[in-house]
Amino acid sequence: MYRYDEFDERFVRERVAQFRSQVARRLDGSLSDDEFRPLRLKNGVYLQLHAYMLRIAVPYGTLSSRQLRQLALIGERYDRGYGHFTTRQNLQFNWPKLKDVPDILDLLADVEMHCIQTSGNCIRNVTADHFAGVAADEVEDPRPTSELIRQWSSLHPEFSYLPRKFKIAVTGAEHDRAAIAAHDIGIRILRHPDTGEVGYRIFVGGGLGRTPMIARLVRDFLPKADLLAYLEAIMRVYNLEGRRDNKYKARVKILVHEVGIEAFRAAVEAEFAKLDGPTVNADPAEMARIAAYFAPPAYETLPATDAAYERARAAEPEFARWADVNLFPHKVPGYAAVTISLKPIGGAPGDATSEQMRAVADLAERHSFDELRVTHRQNLVLPHVRLSDLHAVWKALVAAGLATANEGLITDIIACPGLDYCALATARSIPIAQSISERFGSYERQREIGPLEIKISGCINACGHHHVGHIGILGLEKSGQESYQVTLGGDATEDAALGVLLGPGIRGEEVPDAIERIVDVYLRERQPGEVFIDAVKRLGLAPFKPALAGAAKELADAD
Amino acid sequence: MPIDRNGAVPETWTRVPGAEAAAAARPLVPFAEIEAALAVVAPGADLGVEVPNTTRYEALAPYLDRIALVSIVFPSFSDGRGFSLARQLRERGYPGRVRAAGPLIADQFPYALACGFDEVDLPEASAVRQPAEQWIAALQVMSSTYQRGYRSGGNILDQRREARRNFAGGRP
Ligand code: HEM
Ligand code: SF4
Repeated sequence: MYRYDEFDERFVRERVAQFRSQVARRLDGSLSDDEFRPLRLKNGVYLQLHAYMLRIAVPYGTLSSRQLRQLALIGERYDRGYGHFTTRQNLQFNWPKLKDVPDILDLLADVEMHCIQTSGNCIRNVTADHFAGVAADEVEDPRPTSELIRQWSSLHPEFSYLPRKFKIAVTGAEHDRAAIAAHDIGIRILRHPDTGEVGYRIFVGGGLGRTPMIARLVRDFLPKADLLAYLEAIMRVYNLEGRRDNKYKARVKILVHEVGIEAFRAAVEAEFAKLDGPTVNADPAEMARIAAYFAPPAYETLPATDAAYERARAAEPEFARWADVNLFPHKVPGYAAVTISLKPIGGAPGDATSEQMRAVADLAERHSFDELRVTHRQNLVLPHVRLSDLHAVWKALVAAGLATANEGLITDIIACPGLDYCALATARSIPIAQSISERFGSYERQREIGPLEIKISGCINACGHHHVGHIGILGLEKSGQESYQVTLGGDATEDAALGVLLGPGIRGEEVPDAIERIVDVYLRERQPGEVFIDAVKRLGLAPFKPALAGAAKELADAD
Repeated sequence: MPIDRNGAVPETWTRVPGAEAAAAARPLVPFAEIEAALAVVAPGADLGVEVPNTTRYEALAPYLDRIALVSIVFPSFSDGRGFSLARQLRERGYPGRVRAAGPLIADQFPYALACGFDEVDLPEASAVRQPAEQWIAALQVMSSTYQRGYRSGGNILDQRREARRNFAGGRP
């Protein structure tokens, strides 16, 4: 894991002092509320429906046990004893007081953490594949690149007052687990097909929100050394040319869409050609310095199978059921990555109590080289667990109420905070997730259905990624009533696709029935081994349409 | 009164229409009227232009060797286009003075200087709330930042490189 050096340390400390001074200048009237607002946002402090919310950066989703324990402490001391892991691999506290924020920032700085640029019209926390360093299909660990981008984008003098927020995601693997196509810039690390050199493929203009778009290819292969200069060229074109007349049209995706990808690429390449790359780029020694922190941990040489693990599986079916679903293969024999589901049946997706955080921190320390990850699917991961330790890990998770066996299944639902917390919401999303989760709570049934991602947003802003859910649910308000639109066929991977609207909106109470009917169509029509998303792509929407028809009629009658 | 990295400085420029540029010692004219100004000012005399932040570098380029001050207008502090325009001017070698004119906030001062601005010129309402001391103080807050190639003194990446070099006993 990356560790701060003296420069990083001083940087976050000075940044906390800066925020204290900003709060003081707001209070003494030097700064107007309008002027203070973006400063507050760039420190992750949001005004929500009931209270302020604080969004803490978890750069590329990597945490140590010490950091997670500190988050647990903050949750206890300054919140209500729990935190919420988000789709951007961050952690959010829903109830801190503004006056406490500088103290919280100090506590974060103590463990090399911050809230810098978790909100506001700037380059946001960079996200990456949560199986970085674990997955066998990886060309290179995306975290050194992500860390370089984190540093470069922090308090950038030129790009801190962009037209709109800007999100960068990085993957180093063939299979995209970082949803790079849904980001303003998506970076894929790959080998040049001819030379074998490792470099970057750069996509631009993805985004969700009210005008969802899949990112377009802007540069097929970029040598690694040129990364920062190339990013600077993209950012400059966007900063100068992005629309500022309408905040709903201000994302880079709209610019790319309006001028066309060819013209956008030409502008970026022209700017890149004029930039003095060597003065901007990090030198190879700096990249090597960062990469050294992500060297593989001291794995033991182990056989690919473990007798004690197999025995425990045979003896305890509950354990085997969990292991069948929540383990991800590790590239090193004898190890597995464990997904800790934060989606208990009927619970609020992504929430974890301080006690649970401590339990997970203990497990990471004892069994996973002190490392853990936050996924954009709002779960946690212990990346490097010995097969022989899995049973002990599972028992501890059971004790902490964290052993739900549903990774990637229909109850592993992404949901935004919605009307329960969010000032912009038009409908509830957490209770909808809870009702679906309860409906499909049976393990056997979930396994029979297989991989299926449901994603729910409480308004058109799409924080819950509904556009790229296999089943997407969008809560709107229609004549004073909540109305839920259902989309099918969204996909956040390398086959990225936006879901297509299945029919008219339905009432919240109807959602579980409608999902059940959709699933029934799939179970009836699927070919052997065909997962839900593939069946939808093959069948199209038509066979699924009747699933909504009955429910929609009821809503129309109630209008 | 403009503020530069040392504090408040007297305003030496006078805003005039382009055609009247000869009437002021240091005329500051709208960029749209630069041709008219060039027609009347003495060769070698100081000329300043005020440019909207939507102006492209390419439009300014043909005139830059005649311009002593480029004043880039910030319509609001949250409109960051001016930062990129200033940066382009510096990257491409413009040696004159560059001013940020508009309701910036003190916290933006280090950014502005890093991008190549020399000074800010605030509207009265902002200047009253944020006196020059706050702008100077804002420069002291972050002792170094990460970006290379900006005018922000020793950046962290180069300081690390320096430390590596010293550690290696002066070898590059
Ligand atoms: C008070 C709470 C929140 C507010 C007011 C809020 C606001 C917004 C807005 C206005 C957008 C649309 C931006 C655009 O289209 O330009 C958006 C998008 C988004 N937000 Fe939130 N959000 C909140 C909470 C969250 C949370 C908790 C998460 C993570 C779970 C999240 C993740 C996202 C994501 C992933 C997007 C879509 C990104 C994209 O358009 O590319 N937000 N949010
Ligand atoms: S999607 Fe809408 S309701 Fe949900 S968190 Fe985002 S802004 Fe709030």
